[in-house]
Amino acid sequence: MTAEKMALAKAINESLRTALDADPKVLIMGEDVGKLGGVFRVTDGLQKDFGEDRVIDTPLAESGIVGTAIGLALRGYRPVVEIQFDGFVFPAYDQIVTQLAKMHARALGKIKLPVVIRIPYGGGIGAVEHHSESPEALFAHVAGLKVVSPSNASDAYWMMQQAIQSDDPVIFFEPKRRYWDKSEVNREAIPGPLHKARVVREGSDLTLAAYGPMVKVCQEVAAAAQEEGKSLEVVDLRSMSPIDFDSVQASVEKTRRLVVVHEAPVFLGTGAEIAARITERCFYHLEAPVLRVGGYHAPYPPARLEEEYLPGLDRVLDTVDRSLAY
Amino acid sequence: MTVESTAARKPRRSAGTKRTAAKKPPGAQPDLVQLLTPEGKRVKNGEYDTYVADITPEELRGLYRDMVLTRRFDAEATSLQRQGELGLWASLLGQEAAQIGSGRATREDDYVFPTYREHGVAWCRGVDPTNLLGMFRGVNNGGWDPNSNNFHLYTIVIGSQTLHATGYAMGVAKDGADSAVIAYFGDGASSQGDVAESFTFSAVYNAPVVFFCQNNQWAISEPTERQTRVPLYQRAQGYGFPGVRVDGNDVLACLAVTKWALERARRGEGPTLVEAYTYRMGAHTTSDDPTKYRADEEREAWEAKDPIQRLRTYLETSNHADEGFFAELEAESEALGKRVREVVRAMPDPDHFAIFENVYADGHALVDEERAQFAAYQASFADEGEGK
Repeated sequence: MTAEKMALAKAINESLRTALDADPKVLIMGEDVGKLGGVFRVTDGLQKDFGEDRVIDTPLAESGIVGTAIGLALRGYRPVVEIQFDGFVFPAYDQIVTQLAKMHARALGKIKLPVVIRIPYGGGIGAVEHHSESPEALFAHVAGLKVVSPSNASDAYWMMQQAIQSDDPVIFFEPKRRYWDKSEVNREAIPGPLHKARVVREGSDLTLAAYGPMVKVCQEVAAAAQEEGKSLEVVDLRSMSPIDFDSVQASVEKTRRLVVVHEAPVFLGTGAEIAARITERCFYHLEAPVLRVGGYHAPYPPARLEEEYLPGLDRVLDTVDRSLAY
Repeated sequence: MTVESTAARKPRRSAGTKRTAAKKPPGAQPDLVQLLTPEGKRVKNGEYDTYVADITPEELRGLYRDMVLTRRFDAEATSLQRQGELGLWASLLGQEAAQIGSGRATREDDYVFPTYREHGVAWCRGVDPTNLLGMFRGVNNGGWDPNSNNFHLYTIVIGSQTLHATGYAMGVAKDGADSAVIAYFGDGASSQGDVAESFTFSAVYNAPVVFFCQNNQWAISEPTERQTRVPLYQRAQGYGFPGVRVDGNDVLACLAVTKWALERARRGEGPTLVEAYTYRMGAHTTSDDPTKYRADEEREAWEAKDPIQRLRTYLETSNHADEGFFAELEAESEALGKRVREVVRAMPDPDHFAIFENVYADGHALVDEERAQFAAYQASFADEGEGK
């Protein structure tokens, strides 16, 4: 079977469908995920085909959704939970951090918590407040959780398959402004490991590390830089916990410069950890300090200001120039 | 017998009291299900009687034995904390009937979600009591396999487990099983949003779960009127399922009411809230000092309603137990105390590398890296030792 071109949202939908088909223990839970198919239609048609017992519209209570998903997992189910928007996850934060992340360790490994929490995240869609945030670092900081984010349809399909198969809780951040971007998905491919980064563009002068929605921006940056004679390598991290530092290190040892890009605020963000670790690992290779481009230490701004807030082509290029100037 | 009135307590003088001045809610002294009076007299109570109608003298002695041994174990744990063998202990003193009655109502295939004080329920589920002490000694954060006795780990953040119980019960229903789930929590936890959400979820999905609230009157220093304006069991009504208040110091009533509630769950009739009206005779934990917030007279009043004494009186007056039984139990009780002491004192500290164990089921690169760093660091001391 040849690859099929599909939107990222559709790829997740297909992946959920595959999982529901393959394993009767897989459940979909969330607000409006049933009849409506989710506010982004990611679960469109699934309740119709798999029934209300497996694709479950829940009360509007995020802590309740995650807390009951934990209970279902303890009973042997594999719930895939949708949090409607990034900014709505915090009522469930206690259940995720205090219960879900720690229960396997507390039980000395006797029980497993195969729960996937899907969170559409990030800005760029002109939404009202609490609909555009990037809270991934708040989850990556917590031992017991795995945190991933696909940047394209193929990864969305396969990473969702792997997240559902994982016996650990996985926070699955979906780049909502890329939901409608289409790319090839080969359902017969053999995917690489879930937490392995991938070089999506090779280059020799500087490494751009990004994930989720910013991978596309970084590819555009690299294309623009090419015209100015600069060769940028783009690494799609794919996983924020664990982070594949080996792949970043290998790239930086080649290019000697690193810029980390994410929508989330720079301060104590994923980029801070990468900067620290790569500085330690590549100290004698680096020609410049690791630089970061991201959101500001301010609440996510109203939609008319988000272009200024989000790291776009120009701001990333500017940071690339700063790095190359060292 | 009347329910202990909240008005009997010392009036509170905080500024907040005025705002909640309507603190005598309608029906402040609601009916509570009782089958055994504090004086040890067996009384009838309609339909609940049927759930203990065929209880044998042997089973009654069994309930008594459970309560005595649980209290003995609890006292031993408190002593071990005082001796420095445990870092902390949360005593169940006074709540034995609520826990043994409800615990003995469960079936083997039922699943229990406890708080951190359910030592009596753990006993009923067959969890070795010494397993409960690991987390209080600081050698683990749990220490038993929840699935071996269908008894989940102790949950310290109050209320969270009511959602786990609800989800588990939703799973039971999906499986088409006729098992039931019971979630324990207290008057303090009743204020948590998770408890409210578990009521909502269990009601809309008709989950086979019993919410067993031990209202022991105190959430550390806060009395129940700081948590609610209505008797707690009445909250169920707003969610569309039955709530009932039971004399939490009456083991027979707790057994009967919990059986009734579990049977409802098994029959597909959904959740039930049971409020076991009881009293925390001791401190919240060994770190607490109840003399700062409650009067001795209150405790004395509750001592007259002691759950163990009332069953003893009943066993004696009904000739269901003789002196030999009590003497034998006394010896068994001492032996349990001795065994608990010995096991705790011999409990080894965990291996240093336990820090990195079971953080993930499928492994994690960072954990592996840090474990290796830690190993190298530890090994550096070994070298020093050898050098000398």
